[in-house]
Amino acid sequence: MDQIDILDELPKFGQLGIGVVAFVLVVGFLLFLVDRLPGFDKGRFAAAVFLFPTVLLLAVGLLFPALRTVWLSFFDKDGESFVGVANYTWMFKDPDIRGVLGNTLIWVIAVPILSAGIGLIYAIMIDRLKVEALAKALVFLPMGISFVGAGIIWRFVYAYKPEGEDQIGLLNQIVVWLGGEPQQWLLNPPWNTFFLIVVMVWIQTGFATVVLSASIKAIPTEIVEAARLDGVNAWQMFWRVTVPSIRPAIVVVLVTMSIAALKLFDLVRTMTAGNFKTSVIANEMYTQAFRLLDKGHGAALAVFLFVLVTPIIFYQVRAMRARREER
Amino acid sequence: MATVTYKAASRIYPGSDKPAVNKLDLEIADGEFLVLVGPSGCGKSTSLRMLAGLEDVDEGAILIDDRDVSNLPPKARDIAMVFQNYALYPHMTVYENMAFALKLRKTPKAEIDARVKEAAELLQLEDYLKRKPKALSGGQRQRVAMGRAIVRQPQVFLMDEPLSNLDAKLRVQTRSQIASLQKRLGVTTVYVTHDQVEAMTMGHRVAVMLDGLLQQVDTPRALYETPKNVFVAGFMGSPAMNIKTVPLTDTGAKFGDTLIPLTREQVAAAGEGGQKSVTVGVRPEHCTIADTGIAVEVELVEELGSDAYVYGFAELGNGNGAERFVVRAQGGEIPRLGEIVHIKPQVGKEHIFHAESGERIAV
Repeated sequence: MDQIDILDELPKFGQLGIGVVAFVLVVGFLLFLVDRLPGFDKGRFAAAVFLFPTVLLLAVGLLFPALRTVWLSFFDKDGESFVGVANYTWMFKDPDIRGVLGNTLIWVIAVPILSAGIGLIYAIMIDRLKVEALAKALVFLPMGISFVGAGIIWRFVYAYKPEGEDQIGLLNQIVVWLGGEPQQWLLNPPWNTFFLIVVMVWIQTGFATVVLSASIKAIPTEIVEAARLDGVNAWQMFWRVTVPSIRPAIVVVLVTMSIAALKLFDLVRTMTAGNFKTSVIANEMYTQAFRLLDKGHGAALAVFLFVLVTPIIFYQVRAMRARREER
Repeated sequence: MATVTYKAASRIYPGSDKPAVNKLDLEIADGEFLVLVGPSGCGKSTSLRMLAGLEDVDEGAILIDDRDVSNLPPKARDIAMVFQNYALYPHMTVYENMAFALKLRKTPKAEIDARVKEAAELLQLEDYLKRKPKALSGGQRQRVAMGRAIVRQPQVFLMDEPLSNLDAKLRVQTRSQIASLQKRLGVTTVYVTHDQVEAMTMGHRVAVMLDGLLQQVDTPRALYETPKNVFVAGFMGSPAMNIKTVPLTDTGAKFGDTLIPLTREQVAAAGEGGQKSVTVGVRPEHCTIADTGIAVEVELVEELGSDAYVYGFAELGNGNGAERFVVRAQGGEIPRLGEIVHIKPQVGKEHIFHAESGERIAV
């Protein structure tokens, strides 16, 4: 790896400095402006002044690109001639892209169910153990690793060397110890997608565990005792008392996970770059727009992803509002 | 139908050397309504939870119908419990809440339905069977909790302060409903409360506890008339008995200028261990306002319509200065504030206790 030369990086620090100074100047100017205003309805005017930069930045950084993406999705690869819905029909006709959509579907189903399921069982198993805090910390630790970092770590876990050579991958070494043949885990569809999903579950289970564990602790003791008197066994306690009692938390975890899984990009990008039939919508969008330089295809995929995420977010906001009214 | 027996049952929480329940001996007859009462922390709830199987029995044993249940899990004891905050399952309807225990035991659907409907009718819950608990009022939730216990047709009902979350009026109403329901069903019931009025009005017998120790168990009337010690005397009855420690003479207890005569045996018993004073209890309703007697300066009058309670201070000549004294006054003779009234305890209605041990001295 090249060494980083601080001197080469100086211009970047300069830019950072300019940014900070500009920020201070803008805020200072706004404060000055508000202070100097004549007395009429100062509150509302002050609010408008403070709101203006945010609205401007949101418009430039979010609203405009979103509209422009929708616009581009109806144009050809260079964004010049109008093609109608051709980019969208391509999405559903092209067998490769249909495979991508299928992969995303697998991610969206598998990641929430596996993370929430494992998280729930783990949370119940460690509940009221002496080592609970430690057990929770251990499973939560991967949350602190970025997806790119996790992708690199797990590429080593899945690393392959031909039979007879020293295995550097943890999984293949275990397979060899058990007397098996080393496998190319990330090369063979459809299983390679599942090996990628394992990584995301590894990262996300901690979140599920912490949320669900807190929720389990919030179940009133009397309800658990009433159930014991009513004669539940361990399974009935879990299925008929614990799970219904923490249903709102389970829904939150499932929804959060499915949004994360829908938008997933980094893991696929760093581990397979979407090759060997592992690509997902977000990765394909990147590939189409920036590698194959087809703006229309990329934009259409982005719009489709947005359409998929929107109803889930609506549902979550509504559920949250309903719960607030219940209180 | 069953009897319940506590045999020197103790509960000692880990990390504490003082037992929460200390060698409790108690026999509850078949069909009896027994109330456990005492101040908070006296071990009454713990005793109930030991019977339920929610707390360990560390020493001794608990028997239901001569069967030792000390080490059985709650579900094997055939008991039903009503909790203070009802502990209804929030995700189930009223019907499902009541049917849950039967469903777990794989009772046939038709029988579950019949039993739930019957209990719902008994408790006037028919119109609410499809509702979730959160759509019910406090009183309705309380009835659902009762219904959940009734449909199980258990050997013993356990109730842990089931009325304390209701408002005062509803509490009085529900109190009599529970008592009559228990009479009708004839199921042995153990009922925990901190409210001595509830205990007196509901229980066939009342067990008074303090600091993990059973003080006295008897009928409400017997507790009222012959409390075994100072604690029971002060706890049962409202307003509380006037309990004063005063000088002991050869012929009685000296309340200032007034002498409450005692028999020779009583004087001898009170003087045991060289005691020079004696504890005397007089209930407010067993005093009359007269021309002579204990002088009380009136501080507050509580009008109840038919009669009134007069709160005041009296010098009893025992070196404690002015002490609180409560008297019931009849309609016609209600004194004014600041007035000095004279009080005569009714002869033969006073309670005599040993000044040091607090034990009752019989007539």
